[in-house]
Amino acid sequence: MLIANPTRRSFLQAGAALLASTALPAIALAESAPAGGRLVVAADSEPKNLNPAIVASNGVFFVASKVIEPLAEAAFAGEDGLSPRLATSWEGSDDGLSVTFRLREGVTWHDGKPFTSADVAFSALEVWKPLQNLGRIVFAHLEAVETPDAATAIFRFSRPTPLQLIRNALPVVSSVIPKHLYEGTNIATNPANTQLVGTGPFRFAEYKPGEYYRLTRNEAYWDKEQPKLDEIIFRVLPDRAGAGAALEAEEIQLAAFSAVPLADLDRISKVPGLAVVTRGYEALTYQLVVEINHRRKELADLKVRQAIAHAIDKTFVVDTIFLGYAEAATGPVPKNAPQFYEADVPAYAFDVAKANALLDEAGYAKDANGRRFTLKLRPAPYFNETRQFGDYLRQALAAIGIDAELVNADSAAHQKAVYTDHDFDLAVAPPVFRGDPAISTTILVQSGIPAGVGFSNQGGYANAELDAVIAKAAETIDTAARTALYRQFQKLVAADLPLINVAEWGFITVARDSVLNVASNPRWAVSNWADTALKT
Amino acid sequence: MTRALRLTTRRALSSIPVLLIVVILTFLLLETAAGDAVDAYLLSIGGGDAAIAETLRQAYGLDQSMAARLWLYLSALARLDLGWSVAFDRPVLGLIIERLPNTLLLMGSATALAFAFGSTLGILAGARPGSLRDRLLSTLSLVVYAIPGFWLGLVLAIVFAVQLRWLPTSGIETIASGRTGLSRAADIAAHLVLPVGTLALIYTALFLRVMRAGMAGIWRLDFVLFARAKGLSRVRIVLRHVARNALLPLITMLGLQAAAMLGGSVVIESIFAIPGFGRLAQEAVSGRDAALLCGIIVVSAVLVILVNLLVDIVYAALDPRVGTAERGA
Repeated sequence: MLIANPTRRSFLQAGAALLASTALPAIALAESAPAGGRLVVAADSEPKNLNPAIVASNGVFFVASKVIEPLAEAAFAGEDGLSPRLATSWEGSDDGLSVTFRLREGVTWHDGKPFTSADVAFSALEVWKPLQNLGRIVFAHLEAVETPDAATAIFRFSRPTPLQLIRNALPVVSSVIPKHLYEGTNIATNPANTQLVGTGPFRFAEYKPGEYYRLTRNEAYWDKEQPKLDEIIFRVLPDRAGAGAALEAEEIQLAAFSAVPLADLDRISKVPGLAVVTRGYEALTYQLVVEINHRRKELADLKVRQAIAHAIDKTFVVDTIFLGYAEAATGPVPKNAPQFYEADVPAYAFDVAKANALLDEAGYAKDANGRRFTLKLRPAPYFNETRQFGDYLRQALAAIGIDAELVNADSAAHQKAVYTDHDFDLAVAPPVFRGDPAISTTILVQSGIPAGVGFSNQGGYANAELDAVIAKAAETIDTAARTALYRQFQKLVAADLPLINVAEWGFITVARDSVLNVASNPRWAVSNWADTALKT
Repeated sequence: MTRALRLTTRRALSSIPVLLIVVILTFLLLETAAGDAVDAYLLSIGGGDAAIAETLRQAYGLDQSMAARLWLYLSALARLDLGWSVAFDRPVLGLIIERLPNTLLLMGSATALAFAFGSTLGILAGARPGSLRDRLLSTLSLVVYAIPGFWLGLVLAIVFAVQLRWLPTSGIETIASGRTGLSRAADIAAHLVLPVGTLALIYTALFLRVMRAGMAGIWRLDFVLFARAKGLSRVRIVLRHVARNALLPLITMLGLQAAAMLGGSVVIESIFAIPGFGRLAQEAVSGRDAALLCGIIVVSAVLVILVNLLVDIVYAALDPRVGTAERGA
């Protein structure tokens, strides 16, 4: 949603351009896409709650985004980086206290009832604001939603809320669910959370636990040209080697979210009929971050943090751990968010001698064994790459005389140790940049967050100046002024290193050549696939 | 037949404390693991604030003490209620009923095949210990047994499903195929060839070795010498005297193996995407779902107890000495 300039994007992805280009012929065929067919896709998880209005996560969106639509979706080209879905236009008031949405007319729910502004008001007030993991942040000050007619919804805020934030968040936080099925029920346990009813191009037909989800074409979709496919099947394949084999054997036609491991891509890209696609994840950028526990006296010293930053060879990390499918990071906002990205920030070149000098300066001399001090390092187990980076970081720290003790744990244990118990000195984390720094990025460095909140500042870092910038940006209505504040935010973070940003990466899709319109928007894997088609 | 009956009642009674211990230990074990069901769930949705965590802990009953939760679980279990899975938001019983048949089918076919082939090959090898045939079979079985299951599974899948395309790569049946009756059974059978083959190959090697070792020992016993002195044919000695006696440790193995296969199928179920028991257990642990894990373990324990009971009955039939000593007691 953040990419306004395709030239810049292609430049940034130069490393992957060769592989991406193999997918371009498919994209070029967009207009003449034939209708019909069944697309079988690999899925690696089965969320227990599939309602994207409550759970705004990629695992849920992967399946649910085809059934339940947001007000607007991210787009490579288009005003504000958005393409309209259930809303056709949006306008904010100058005081930042209201946003008016014009809604699409003639839309019906899959059960035949008409979609109106009442559904939007209900979703916003009863679900997004109180229940949704991300909506609780974006709509924190939402007070009321007025519905003067069936096609208008006016959001009223108690405190100024930037339209830029709302716009950037729309694809993720604004999934609309039917009021008539949820009103007066316990929303969290409503059966429609697993048997989805939406307005999207596909209907939810069947779920066989451990085997597959089946979606079928919505004949009454508001866009008469779409969808192209008759059926989408998400086949549950828990083993990553299994997904690759199923692709090669033509049992599935597409595996998104890097279901095929990076190490296999080189081989699989040579299989005739299969294409490796790196586009379509620009708005779902994951960041490789070293979290720092500032309660440790050594780590509270800026020189030590700078030394650690200088000890990390980002080029090596990108080339060896990510096999080139990543970018070196400069700060807390990724490069493929050009709306906010600031390149002019303090940089930390790979320089072991300088790192050693900084540590000597800080007063941590090497002992007889060449060691300065020992740290507890917890790599997050969620990705192969986060674990491998943990191994690398241990070696990189050894080179500057810091002895890192690796502690590996499974997901739940890691989450508790780092974000609740603060039982770490350094941790490797993969936070996500979700289109606007206010959604899930500022929380990584802001002070005053209670213990137990995952992917937040649990390292005890507090910087009044940084907190002030974050607070000011949160209520700055003017887009230019707000953007300037976030650029300042990036400079402050890069200078004071509350955490160290190492790399940023998107996922990889592997698809058969017969699948058309793969990666047609920057959130493609979690968008509605209405234009996706199969070559016959 | 009275021996079998007595065995059954004794086993049923003695299994109740066993089950109780198993449940309490599982509960405590999962309790000592860091992180709870809420940590695991929030992680899967990309995080959430403190208030969401609080609400969820209340909804899952995790705000109560461990003793209170254990008591609640045990009292529900006493009423044969396996409880509610927080990781799946469904009743545990439903999940188990859905997954158990797949694993039983996988495990049962693999064990039956492995037992049949393993004992036959074991007899062939043990008929003349030290012969060329014995050495060949023994070496081969050792090689096969040393291969890790996941590797063997992947290699077989690449050869037969990806390269040759004779068999499907994974799954329990063709998805949304609408098949019924015999055609569906044939479809399931085709999907099971690779996973069953992988498991069976590895366990065949194990059974072969046990059978062969048992026979090698028996050849040295006096009654075999006597049988030979009587002038019995070699085939008769091998089958009626040596093999039959060597079968006893194999039956014991079978009982032990049934338990191992319930757990050991996790890897094979993941590789071949079979929605079975092993995968469910793995998901229960990573989701810190105590009720589900206990449910799986209770059902597995009951299955193992049943299999061992069967083994004992077979044992009693094969060896007249078993069970007679208890008559006086």
